[in-house]
Amino acid sequence: MKSWNDSTIPAEMHTRLLNDLKRLLGPDGVLHEPEDLLLYEYDGSIEVARPDGVVFPLCTEDVVEIVRLANLHETPLVGRGAGTGLSGGALARQGGLVVVFSRMNRILDIDVENQRATVQPGVVNLDLSLAVAHAGLHFAPDPSSQKACTIGGNVSENSGGPHTLAYGVTTNHVVALAVVLPSGEMVRVGSPALDSPGYDLTGLFVGSEGTLALVTEITVKLTRLPEAVKTLLAVYDTVDDATETVAEITRRGITPAACEMFDSWTIRAVEEYVHAGYPVGAAALLLMDVDGLREAVESAAQEVADICRTHHATQVRVARDLAERELLWKGRKNAFGAVGRISPTYYAMDGVIPRTKLPETLRRIAQIGKKYGFEIGNIFHAGDGNLHPLIPFDGRDREQFRRAVAAGTEIIRCCIDMGGSITGEHGVGMEKDHLMPFLFSESDLKLMRGVRDVFNPAGLLNPGKIFPSSKACGEIYARTSQGTNGPPV
Amino acid sequence: MSIASMTASSRLASITGPTHVISDSPNLTAYEIGGRKPVAVVRPGTFEEVAEIVRFAAAEKLAIVPTGARTKLQMGLPPQQYDLALDMVRLDRVTAYDPADLTLAVEPGIPLALLASVLAEHKQWLPLGAPFQDHSTIGGTIASGVDGTFRQSYGTARDYVLGIEFVTGEGACAKSGGRVVKNVTGYDLHKLMIGAMGTLGIITKINFRTFPALISPCALAASFQTAEQAIELRHRISRSPLLPVGLEIFSPGSCERLCARVPADTAKHAMPSNLFSSSAWTLIAGFSGTEEVLRRCEDEFFKMGVDCGGSSLAAIRGEEFSAASNFAREFVPLALGASPAATVVKISVLPTRMKDAIANAVNAANTNLLPWAAMARGVGVIYFALLPNDGTEETRFRAIQATDQILHECAELGGNATIPWSPSEWKGVLKVWGPQRTDFDQMRKLKNLFDPLNILSPGRFAGGI
Repeated sequence: MKSWNDSTIPAEMHTRLLNDLKRLLGPDGVLHEPEDLLLYEYDGSIEVARPDGVVFPLCTEDVVEIVRLANLHETPLVGRGAGTGLSGGALARQGGLVVVFSRMNRILDIDVENQRATVQPGVVNLDLSLAVAHAGLHFAPDPSSQKACTIGGNVSENSGGPHTLAYGVTTNHVVALAVVLPSGEMVRVGSPALDSPGYDLTGLFVGSEGTLALVTEITVKLTRLPEAVKTLLAVYDTVDDATETVAEITRRGITPAACEMFDSWTIRAVEEYVHAGYPVGAAALLLMDVDGLREAVESAAQEVADICRTHHATQVRVARDLAERELLWKGRKNAFGAVGRISPTYYAMDGVIPRTKLPETLRRIAQIGKKYGFEIGNIFHAGDGNLHPLIPFDGRDREQFRRAVAAGTEIIRCCIDMGGSITGEHGVGMEKDHLMPFLFSESDLKLMRGVRDVFNPAGLLNPGKIFPSSKACGEIYARTSQGTNGPPV
Repeated sequence: MSIASMTASSRLASITGPTHVISDSPNLTAYEIGGRKPVAVVRPGTFEEVAEIVRFAAAEKLAIVPTGARTKLQMGLPPQQYDLALDMVRLDRVTAYDPADLTLAVEPGIPLALLASVLAEHKQWLPLGAPFQDHSTIGGTIASGVDGTFRQSYGTARDYVLGIEFVTGEGACAKSGGRVVKNVTGYDLHKLMIGAMGTLGIITKINFRTFPALISPCALAASFQTAEQAIELRHRISRSPLLPVGLEIFSPGSCERLCARVPADTAKHAMPSNLFSSSAWTLIAGFSGTEEVLRRCEDEFFKMGVDCGGSSLAAIRGEEFSAASNFAREFVPLALGASPAATVVKISVLPTRMKDAIANAVNAANTNLLPWAAMARGVGVIYFALLPNDGTEETRFRAIQATDQILHECAELGGNATIPWSPSEWKGVLKVWGPQRTDFDQMRKLKNLFDPLNILSPGRFAGGI
């Protein structure tokens, strides 16, 4: 696949493809002017890559035709939902067309009795939960961006969220997909009924970061809303006490529906922005939900509160009503936005560690911050060991950028040393591809590349993602002011 | 012993040592699949040995079938070629277990029972609830993709296997996933390995998320005149706040029919007959929690049960509960022992279609004069066992007719149906893996990548794989 940025592609082909696309999608279904493309250079990550065009399909048939045209013109395609991703998954790293699914946003079917829904990929995550709330159901994966992010994006990245601790991530809730393969073929995998015979292709496609197929229809399980929920806020004077609490809760076999942790830096950032009633000045706090049957929640909340106190929580607050619960959670869901107010550019990490290693890892992260001259904030899914260290830096300062990336890499190395992983829910994308060899052998990666090539042999879909390019293996690429793929730093 | 098998055996012996290679005919009988014996059985002791054996087999074009306790060798189709049985029982270590983190890494040959006792020491478990529990290994359980009663609340292995290491058909070692409970790094190849019946790779290690043991597990039961009433209770429970850990509906007389031939020493699997009416459908739901929680569950269950026309409402605890769970878990093995030509159809439909799926299957069995027993899980998976009294030509013909009808009607209901178990001589004429699916082409492409020489369990799987 070649990019239009590549001067070897004649301009006339560009024009021909654009005309074909406009005929297919209408003039408002295609963007190609530089000022229109600007927005699509970014997602929620620190990466930048400019596409050559943006297209907005309305139906599966449009997608099939877009794929046919892209093949004809040897132009890469990159699927995109709301662009809230945090690993550069929806950026056109090698140019080409970004296929935005925002207009394929219909809920096709809601089957309350069987707890299934079939949606187009552009349906916003929260909109599905709102659409089924009247029946006491919801779509369980709840990324912090759930007001904006799409279910298609969730499927591509296998997104998580605070409540995946008890309810599982996206892949646990997807039963069937309709996908358009790079060959232009539309295939249905899985089925609304369970256990479709054969290999679990649904499980393979979910989380494949748009490198195997473009998803055009998704059938998900809907989960019953719990009868009762209690939200607890525990306040600590030391980070260690908070992490020890989490370790103890896990050890005791209690699975809260959510178990989130903030350190002092993020508490301050969030409180100044959201006014959620977080205790500014505390070293750490835990925000936890326990849910289920009324009777079970009562006793579980009591037990969790006791553990918090045993581990020196200075205060344990139980939200009195829905309004207070929502306010406490508003702080968590808007945390990244709050950090953005303090530091317009920040690097959000996504490492995972065994939960028993939380205290040790957080101490290491603080040391790494000191070494590189950053005050690193931590706000994360403590219950499943999924860390989100936030490294604030000045995006205009190349030197700071380099240091931020170096600090981030060291943090991820630390997670790997602890027996963990480089990404828990954000995806590898173009941000962490160079880190893959830390986790997987050449033989593992060869097989995974082979799987990609089975479906996407010519690299039509989302090229330059997940896998380290052979030359850049172990190197870190950073953006330059000109655009993508600057020199190694 | 032929020259070829002598050569193979001596080469294998050079990899594992001679004591771990079997090539004398009588000892190969235990590894028969569909009446066919392998040329040799080899028991590797390390994953490196597994890789070396596969590379040797690839060079010699020898077909390999991996196996553990051999309880599910007759599932699916027989292999088209069968040279080596790769017996994984020596790879039986717990390689890592961090109880405080609730994560576990094991080799495939560890018996389920042993693994359960290791976890029980820390008041933890894996909610597999898999059949053949007393003999099976964890590797065979995962590779065969069998499900269990606890999928009602815990899902299946795909929901808590965190990573798998395996050896491909070219003898390359590979892995995917990891050991942490949340991870999206790289493709989820381990999801492909679950239920692939050893056609994509030989599993050498499995990482799990473990779970805290259930608090005071017990069950609640109700009997109904019709399957429809029992299913209505299932729907009512699913709309209620109750969260059963398991839920199954059993056909009338299934206990007597399945346990009739059970020898005395395995009678612990037998169900206390007073729980099982010979004329009624019985719904049994498992619950767990504090006394207060269980009391609430009982109250609501009984109320809903009566509303649905139920009788013989009962709370089942203690030994009776163990017997009931054993019966539910071992339904398929008991069915296989209850008839000389047991044929088990697995039907998966959306819950609202269970009523029709069961009615269709019952009708197909009755029309063809075949005795039967059924267990339907609340999630919509129905095990429908045809239990003929003999395995004659005439019976075979009726079994084909009945299963064809069940498969056809299941497809009409938008469901999936396969015939995982039947007499091996019938496999050629039964639609073991159900009707053709459009995604089989994609599966074959993956098979070609993982096993280009087609030496791993060739032909045992769906889509002719």
